[in-house]
Amino acid sequence: MSNYKEIFVKTDKCTGCLTCKIACAVEHSETKSLFSAIRESPRPVSRVYVEWLPGNAKVPVLCRHCEEAPCLNACISGAISRSDTNAVITDAGKCIGCWTCVMVCPYGVIGRDQTLAKAFRCDRCPDREIPACVGACPTQALVYETVDGFSKTKRKTVSRELLTREGA
Amino acid sequence: MTSETPFQHLTTDPAVQQMLAKAKENHISTVWDRYEQMLPQCGFGETGLCCRHCLQGPCRINPFDPGAETGICGANADVMVARGLDRAIAAGTAAHSGHAKHLAHTLLKMARGQAKDYKITDPVKLKKVAARLHIAVDGRADTDIALDVAKAALADFHEKDTPVLWAAGVVTPGRVEVLSKLGLVPKGIDHEVAEIMHRTLYGVDADPVNLLLGGLRCSVADLAGCYMGTDLADILFGTPTPLASQANLGTLKKESVNIALHGHNPVLSEIIVKVAGEMADEAVAAGADRINVVGICCTGNELMERHGIPSCTHSVSQEMALVTGAVDAMIVDYQCIMPSVASVAECMGTKVITTMDICKITGAEHIDVKEETAAENARQAILQAIAGFKKRKNKPTHIPALTNTVVAGFSTESIVAALSKLNAKDPLAPLADSIKSGNIKGVCLFAGCNNVKIPQDINYTKIAAKLLKENVLVVATGCGAGSLMRHDFMDPAKTRDLCGNGLFAVLNAIGEANGLGGPLPSVLHLGSCVDNSRAVEITVALANYLGVDINQMPVVASAPEPTSEKAVSIGTYAVAAGLPTHVGVMLPVMGSALVAKVLTQTVKDLTGGYFIVEPDPDKAADMLLQALNDRRKGLGLV
Repeated sequence: MSNYKEIFVKTDKCTGCLTCKIACAVEHSETKSLFSAIRESPRPVSRVYVEWLPGNAKVPVLCRHCEEAPCLNACISGAISRSDTNAVITDAGKCIGCWTCVMVCPYGVIGRDQTLAKAFRCDRCPDREIPACVGACPTQALVYETVDGFSKTKRKTVSRELLTREGA
Repeated sequence: MTSETPFQHLTTDPAVQQMLAKAKENHISTVWDRYEQMLPQCGFGETGLCCRHCLQGPCRINPFDPGAETGICGANADVMVARGLDRAIAAGTAAHSGHAKHLAHTLLKMARGQAKDYKITDPVKLKKVAARLHIAVDGRADTDIALDVAKAALADFHEKDTPVLWAAGVVTPGRVEVLSKLGLVPKGIDHEVAEIMHRTLYGVDADPVNLLLGGLRCSVADLAGCYMGTDLADILFGTPTPLASQANLGTLKKESVNIALHGHNPVLSEIIVKVAGEMADEAVAAGADRINVVGICCTGNELMERHGIPSCTHSVSQEMALVTGAVDAMIVDYQCIMPSVASVAECMGTKVITTMDICKITGAEHIDVKEETAAENARQAILQAIAGFKKRKNKPTHIPALTNTVVAGFSTESIVAALSKLNAKDPLAPLADSIKSGNIKGVCLFAGCNNVKIPQDINYTKIAAKLLKENVLVVATGCGAGSLMRHDFMDPAKTRDLCGNGLFAVLNAIGEANGLGGPLPSVLHLGSCVDNSRAVEITVALANYLGVDINQMPVVASAPEPTSEKAVSIGTYAVAAGLPTHVGVMLPVMGSALVAKVLTQTVKDLTGGYFIVEPDPDKAADMLLQALNDRRKGLGLV
């Protein structure tokens, strides 16, 4: 439906450094600088998660901003809406902390703010051209691209592989 | 520097800007390119919240994750940060004292007749040092005294009945008392380094304040290493006296065999300078006009202060010397030598020659230099440079036509000698009186490096300019001295413009009394990074003269662009000595509010010194001035 960019994850590239988590928290702080964000109260929180699985796999997981977002449909207080850049966002002011969004989210990426007792999630950094986590990732495991663009790149890569194999 | 150039955000040195343009044109990767590729840097490392001290790790504490407040072993953020800082202090201490130990071995071999290329150049300094160590001097041969001094130096590295003599014997009586009370008198230099490694091991010290006290004690051992380095180098190679020289890339000469000596220790570089002087004919036979030896980093400072050898460039711009295409051999010893010089040299067809067993670089040629065969080894290296010149001589070079006039060579001894021209009986009186009268508001020592995160030299020049106008006497060492000399702060012709009236009057009076026909330079070059000891020696002498301790003196230190762990250990011993000490780059301690508070506040109640962490140079200058004013008030001075 849209040509908005999404945050895609390349699981094979994640080294589990958690730099994305730091960058996300700093971006969602008052001062937007690491050395001062660390002293803020309440402490800013990260909206991106990196899960570890046996075999030493590291997998960044974050809100997919689903086109048919279960959370958006389930929210009873009308706190969840779709922004003009197609992100699914939670309005903390309207959130009543019922955690229905948490129940229905297929990815488990909606968090509970410890101090505010409100739900929070990735907002794709509306003030930035590239989301902070993507900009911070040292291995490009996070990619900010349109669905079409991401697929196109993937097709190009697989095509090159195919040719190499045929030539071999 | 007023017009915008494309590289102004990387360096404020116009010669380096020119070379960056050439590097870009030739696709040569520089430190600035690699920094950009490294971004963003890891926030755990930046804040000190990353630990690799055991194999259960690596651990990192996410400061924004309330669920993970400790590492796997249970060490919290305070412990992790304090352990990390301690290890940086230990590394810096190991480096300075390794440098000093190398000199001690050289002195020992010389005294035993095993190193014929070395001699006692300054017997007066030898006796001064010996007397301080309670080594008998009267009626003894210099070599016998030297043997005892060398043995005493080596003995200071391990635990023995006495504390580290180069620490306990060089500070004010008041400082000895403070340090003793706090348990901060080091037992042996190597002992302190080893103890830091022990206590920061998996499952040892987990009390952040105890860890920081351990770090402070190790830093006092670093002071000892530095002081010993200066003492022994002065004995072997001469105590500096003021002399004129030049700085910056324009000191390389197209028609000469250019040898860049890079690193720190004068043990090799002194011999290269001497042997190069004897090999002029061979250079001429190869088609050169002469051999042109230039220095980079602290090797440059050591050679400049004793022989007036020009300083080519410093610290973060070391690769730029090679980008000129005019260097025929870069001969290095150790410390601050970026491994990248080998690849830049390869691009330019230059040879990098390593000389020390502990510092080899893949891609460089190695000549193993021993004190026993130093001149022979030096000759070998110089022949490589001459061979390099033959290959290079018909190729184009790009040497920026930029040099700066430098007057260097300010040791404690030479400063006292200069002051004695004003008052022969009481040489410290003119300086002490100027401080009391306010003609000199105080003293600021600039030390440390350049750091790729800061436009090269901008913090040094901005802070120094402001302090000089406020009549603060500025002294500088290491690449801090290098930075200021490349911006004319050591050119006496600029003293009038740079200094406030009170300071100018003092510098001018000293200059005139010494027959210079004008003032001293606005910033006094005290030498290399081990020569921070000279700043300590002068401060201690003044404090003793005034009958106060160092923590009362209107003296501050600043490392506005630090890089090396050596800058961390120097900064820490400045704090242990009792000085307000500015650092212009965030130390990796912000992950612990407790450690940050101890370093910037609590420690003040213990030693009187404290860290001022401020990246903004204008604010930093104001904070340093405020610290000086506070100290003046404490002494009842206006």
